[in-house]
Parts: sequence; structure tokens; C-alpha cells
Amino acid sequence: MSSNSDFAEGLRGAFPIMASAAPFAVLFGAVAIANGQTVAEAALMSATVFAGASQLVGIELFGHKVQPWLIVLSVLAVNFRHILYSAAIARFISHFTPLQKIIGFHLLTDPQFAQSVQRGESGKKVSFAWYLGFGVMIFVPWVTLTVAGGIFGRLVGDPRMIGIDVLLPIYFMEMVLGFRRKAGFLPIVVVSALASVLAYRYVGSPWHVSIGAVAGVALAAFLPSATAGAEEPVE
Amino acid sequence: MSTFLNTDMVALILMCAVATFATRIGGYMLMARMKSIPPRLVAALNAVPAAVLTTLVAPAFYAGEIDIKIAMAVALVIGLRFSVMPMLLAGWCIVMVFRHLL
Repeated sequence: MSSNSDFAEGLRGAFPIMASAAPFAVLFGAVAIANGQTVAEAALMSATVFAGASQLVGIELFGHKVQPWLIVLSVLAVNFRHILYSAAIARFISHFTPLQKIIGFHLLTDPQFAQSVQRGESGKKVSFAWYLGFGVMIFVPWVTLTVAGGIFGRLVGDPRMIGIDVLLPIYFMEMVLGFRRKAGFLPIVVVSALASVLAYRYVGSPWHVSIGAVAGVALAAFLPSATAGAEEPVE
Repeated sequence: MSTFLNTDMVALILMCAVATFATRIGGYMLMARMKSIPPRLVAALNAVPAAVLTTLVAPAFYAGEIDIKIAMAVALVIGLRFSVMPMLLAGWCIVMVFRHLL
């Protein structure tokens, strides 16, 4: 088997995913500038964090002048699902060298996880060449388009005039809706929503984030569904 | 642009990067140590993203002006049937109409 053709197959496989993620890289770049980052900082964040939703969460909180430790904690919280990914993917990539594992885990996004598991379960080898090709096809455009969005954001100036401020809440709402078939979805979301609005009103920003999240997570651990068939680490 | 890279900002970004990498390697390390994860812990971990993201949506609706409230409500209805792009487009059109035409 040729690692060149595996790499090319990875590149091709990730292309449609990259195309659908592209607008969010541009959006992140523009929002980052609107919330006080420079283009270089936005690019650095896209390259080192490389997790779209958490980058948008981080930059949103930064715009609200939230304390740094809470921003890091929120980024950690949004990225928590990766723990389940890296646990589930372990059996397919145990043949990677340590360096390949480090690179591989940095490139572990939602689609990378889904495609790797699918490939592994279909009996094909999850070779490092394929994995790298897939990851590179997402990583390089992600960083490049962040820069493009940042430059665009600097040209525009006031984000309100072009309606950028409404995009993030709706984007996050769509992500919440994406979990709606999971066990306990409705009670968790209702409790988190109520707790966060009450905390926003009576405790103040940024505490609404941690208070709302803790309320929802605590509820999840004690719902009856928590012990029934909850082992499946799928999104 | 006053500065290219601000030290505090770079430190914050790198801390976010370390936290993210920890989640990406954490499950692998965990699996190497124990064979299974307690179901309640899995349920709690599973709920973390939805719970966190909800705290960014609900107060934005609560604190938003009427244009944001209407845009988010319409986007929610659209989101029950369609994907993220139609939601964003509808919400964006509504706030742009409010801000530039009304």
C-alpha cells in the first residue's frame, strides 16, 4: 500500500468538509478583529487551538471582558467532547509513533474523528498518511481563511453595521440543536438556560456561563438516562 | 493595528491551546489506564457542550434588543428543519432590515 495515495485519499476525503467549514473560519477571523484581536493573534489562535466552536466561544467571552481563567475554562468545556473522541479512536491509531500521535491528536476535529472511526470500522487501515492528508486539508484552509476574515473585518470596522453580532448566538444555537436527539437533552438545556439567565440577571456576566453550565451538567449526571445506555461516546 | 502580537493575548491563546490539546489526548491517556469510564461520568461529559453552549444562547436572547430577539426566534424555528446556513442567513437578514430599513 502506498502512503502517497493514502495521503491523496485523505486530502480528497476532507475537501467537502473543508468547504462547509470555510465560512466559519472567515467568520472567526472577522469576529476576532471585532472583539479586539489582531489578525496575527487570530491566525495564531486558529493554528494552535484549531477547534472552531471553542475559538468562537473564547473570542465572544474575550469581547465581554471575561477573566482569562474563565475563558480558558470555557474553551476547555466546549472541547470536552474530544476526550470521548480520543478514547474512541485509540484502538485505530495505536500503531502511530509518539510524534505521529502528537500531530494526530492536534488535528483531531469532529469530522476527523467521525471519518477515522468509519474508516477503521470498515476494515481499512487508518494509516498516518491518510490521517495527515485529511487533517491538512482542514488545517491549512482553516488558518488561511481566518487571516482572510480578519483582513475583511478590519476593512469593515463596526461589526454591528454588517450584522456580525447576531451570527454567533445563532451559530451556538445551531450547535445546541445538534445535540437534540441525545438522552436528557431538553431538561439539560432548559435548566442551563434558566440558570444562565438568572445568573446573568442577578449575579452578572461572566458568571452566567459557569453557573448555567454546572447546573446542566449536574442534572445530566443524575438523570435516569445517565446509567442507561449512556456509554456511547457519539455526537 | 497597534500591535502585531500582544503578550497577554498570546499567553491567553496558548493557554486555550494547551487546554484544547489536553482534551484531544486526554481520552487516549484515560483509555490506556482504565478499561471503561463510569456511566454517570460519561453522561456528565456528554452534557458539557450542550450545557455550556446554552449559556451563550439564552442570555444573548434575554439581553438582546428586539431585532436580536426576533432574529434568534426565527432562526430557532428554521433550525428545527434546516441546517446552520439558512439559520444564519435568516437571522442576519432580519437584523439588517431592522438596522438599515426600519
